Amino acid sequence: MSLNPEQREQAEAAIKEVLDEYPDKTAKKRAKHVSVFKEGETACQVKSNVKSIPGVMTIRGCAYAGSKGVVWGPIKDMIHISHGPVGCGQYSWAARRNYYIGTTGVDTFVTMQFTSDFQEKDIVFGGDKKLAKIIDEIQDLFPLNHGITIQSECPIGLIGDDIEAVSKKKSKDYEGKTIVPVRCEGFRGVSQSLGHHIANDTIRDWVFDKAEPKPFEATPYDVAIIGDYNIGGDAWSSRILLEEMGLRVIAQWSGDGSLAELENTPKAKLNILHCYRSMNYISRHMEEKYGIPWVEYNFFGPTQIAQSLRRIAEFFDDHIKEQTEKVIAKYAPLAEAVIAKYRPRLAGKKVMLFVGGLRPRHVITAYEDLGMEVIGTGYEFGHNDDYERTSHYIKDGTLIYDDVTGLEFERFVEKLQPDLVASGIKEKYVFQKMGFPFRQMHSWDYSGPYHGYDGFAIFARDMDMALNAPVWKKTKAPWETGETV
Amino acid sequence: MSDLRQIAFYGKGGIGKSTTSQNTLAALADLGQKILIVGCDPKADSTRLILHAKAQDTVLSLAAEAGSVEDLEIEDVLKTGYKDIRCVESGGPEPGVGCAGRGVITSINFLEENGAYDGVDYVSYDVLGDVVCGGFAMPIRENKAQEIYIVMSGEMMAMYAANNISKGILKYAHSGGVRLGGLICNERQTDKELELAEELARRLGTKMIHFVPRANVVQHAENRRMTVIEFAPDSQQADEYRTLAKKIHENAGKGIIPTPITMDELEDMLMQFGIINQVDESLVGKKAAEAAA
Repeated sequence: MSLNPEQREQAEAAIKEVLDEYPDKTAKKRAKHVSVFKEGETACQVKSNVKSIPGVMTIRGCAYAGSKGVVWGPIKDMIHISHGPVGCGQYSWAARRNYYIGTTGVDTFVTMQFTSDFQEKDIVFGGDKKLAKIIDEIQDLFPLNHGITIQSECPIGLIGDDIEAVSKKKSKDYEGKTIVPVRCEGFRGVSQSLGHHIANDTIRDWVFDKAEPKPFEATPYDVAIIGDYNIGGDAWSSRILLEEMGLRVIAQWSGDGSLAELENTPKAKLNILHCYRSMNYISRHMEEKYGIPWVEYNFFGPTQIAQSLRRIAEFFDDHIKEQTEKVIAKYAPLAEAVIAKYRPRLAGKKVMLFVGGLRPRHVITAYEDLGMEVIGTGYEFGHNDDYERTSHYIKDGTLIYDDVTGLEFERFVEKLQPDLVASGIKEKYVFQKMGFPFRQMHSWDYSGPYHGYDGFAIFARDMDMALNAPVWKKTKAPWETGETV
Repeated sequence: MSDLRQIAFYGKGGIGKSTTSQNTLAALADLGQKILIVGCDPKADSTRLILHAKAQDTVLSLAAEAGSVEDLEIEDVLKTGYKDIRCVESGGPEPGVGCAGRGVITSINFLEENGAYDGVDYVSYDVLGDVVCGGFAMPIRENKAQEIYIVMSGEMMAMYAANNISKGILKYAHSGGVRLGGLICNERQTDKELELAEELARRLGTKMIHFVPRANVVQHAENRRMTVIEFAPDSQQADEYRTLAKKIHENAGKGIIPTPITMDELEDMLMQFGIINQVDESLVGKKAAEAAA
């Protein structure tokens, strides 16, 4: 399938134009990160997962963001200490709208912020004693916490604090309590991606390998949701579909998840993986060590949802397969109604995406279900295997931009004139001021869920709201439109 | 009061920096100079001979007790010893934890902001063996020490260290104006020590400003936590330190930008003086038994 041939010409011209604006050295480097997709290519032909160039504005985060903000932060019954000076904790406070059930401050802690608030003397003399004291205070003040993680900020790695020793000692003091030291110092790696990997590895080493066997009544239908952060309730609108299929969801990683769920996951029959980028590591580990197969799925838009439900059902018996067909049939009218309502308002509209882990590809079909077309997409911190997976979603002529720079994104949008830009908070106001409708695709713009059939209805409504808001008719000055005032 | 002179003593660990600097500064005090010593070594032993004390309370340990360095008063950390020499120890964490380099930066900023440098003629920094990180380069950065004196000997590692410290000085010479004042050779009675020290000084573009002979009286004075100047003012060794002090005093503004040499050049030089032997490349990496075969 391909986009309009004009689209390719425009995309190629846009790349040339923006590269011409760079100094030679930068142009040479960035040229490898931008391309126009050709049908039949397997990996979008872009270089990825390398260091951003100094001087450009990158949208990326750091390893701490990948661990604290993404993987560990949503585990609701554990307390995550932002270990180091106060800033990293302050700016990651309140999490990423990872919804959860519980009483905050009593048995759940996601939106609270715990930090060791490093001072000069902690840098000079080391922060291990302070860390031990914080753990004691947490035990006093929040006795219902089920575990603690230590999310390292940059200085911890620079001064060489032994947070592993503190974790072991305090774990012993509190009857084998789960205390996880995470070496996710922000200077490590090129983006938040390494933070995901480091966090995955700590679950393997400090949760799986240390957990005491606990009684667990297994069923043949146990699955774990991996890589759904329950943004605006995404995992909930996914979970109900799996349960209606007859499966039992024994864990959510990590939106609305708990330590017990992490510990129980090695007993699952199947791991279903939504965000491949941030949690493929632990899925592969569970496959190797416990023989648990894993399957990727996509719960954005009815086309992908139906395909994914059937793909998951393939791992189970006929009963589940029959149930699955019933689920798809049950929700078909809902999806059709959504499409009937919004497709006429959205059909033919063009979208440019730039997001994080899975959405640069996963949401494409959802837009297509509404008759829209994605003409450009890219990943903040994707790897080659993400771009391989993307090639199944995109059409010939799609503009691809890896770790897009501020300049590139602005120029590409100016040149390609999409009807909607869908990216993050840092991009939102730039494009809105340029007169482009915008939706945040990290936080769902304080809306959601977007996963599942229920989520699709909200997704369609939100896109319509952004695109067809009357305000966009007012963005031209009277002297530009010839209107008299 | 004349302009404040800031100097620093660097050199390989164990070379006798603290001993040499305290004796020299005591001699300077005898000349009527008002002196402040800033110890920049977590061991905090830069002022013991002046104060007759085992170890002074350090800026950082007091700051840790008080909560932060802002909670300290200058009187808390400043002690006065022989001939009213003012002494401060920066201090630092115990070995293996924290960041001693950051500690040096914190302490020096505290001292400057709180007027520790007011009314003195000399500030002398005594810095730990190697410039391992930016923190220990603090005294050679902008607006700190104008002249660096490198304490060294005829031993190979001491010369390596002297050359490395020169590289550090060179790095900051253009941005900050720090200069190499010269080499001080602390005799270890190695072969051709004087010649070697002079040759290294020549290569670095500086001079060996004094050759301090080895004398047991230094050890006797140390055992009493005293400088030779105070313990045995009439001794030959006390005169040596007085001479050195005079030379440093007259050396104001005569520092140079060093020209550090490469490792190969340094090894060639040591070979010329017979300190190390020409390496037989065919034997590199061979065990004794293999070489004999």
